[in-house]
Amino acid sequence: MIIARILGTVVASQKDERLKGGKLLIVKPLNLDGTDAGGYVVAIDTVGAGFHERVLVVAGSSARLADGMKDKPVDAAIVGVIDTVDLVNADS
Amino acid sequence: MQLARVIGSVVATAKNDSLEGRKLLVIQSLDANLRPQGAPLVALDAIGAGASDLVFWCRGKEASFPFRREDTPTDCTIVAIVDSDAHVTRGAGGRS
Repeated sequence: MIIARILGTVVASQKDERLKGGKLLIVKPLNLDGTDAGGYVVAIDTVGAGFHERVLVVAGSSARLADGMKDKPVDAAIVGVIDTVDLVNADS
Repeated sequence: MQLARVIGSVVATAKNDSLEGRKLLVIQSLDANLRPQGAPLVALDAIGAGASDLVFWCRGKEASFPFRREDTPTDCTIVAIVDSDAHVTRGAGGRS
């Protein structure tokens, strides 16, 4: 899983039947210090995450194991909203 | 599977139901010489690892196998704790 920040939404009217009703969000992977790690992912939301929140993103076929994602064509799913990240030597 | 060091933990209250009660740890992957390699990841703990432990972890769909595999969304799971750093040894040379 990676830590990412939600930076936007995607609206797609024309899409696979099985994606209908799902919330598609643009997330940017973060480094542990909160800086941008580069790149972005369009992920489907399974927990009701909101704009600018830090979230946990599962990638690959494991994304299909999230709530309600069975047999859906997704390879990135938001499975948690992060409250805190505690590091052994420093807090972030 | 790859070696990694546990360098922190993550608290997430709102999460997938099947992650409820599971420990989320921040890990730094290591190379064969136990030097950091690549970006840190968040891993689900299947074995009871803690801060600073040397562990190895499993990626991909197989990461959900220690749990209810049909509905546990994880692509990165800690599956073992290495006894100590000294228990990671390499042969001298080999056939290269």
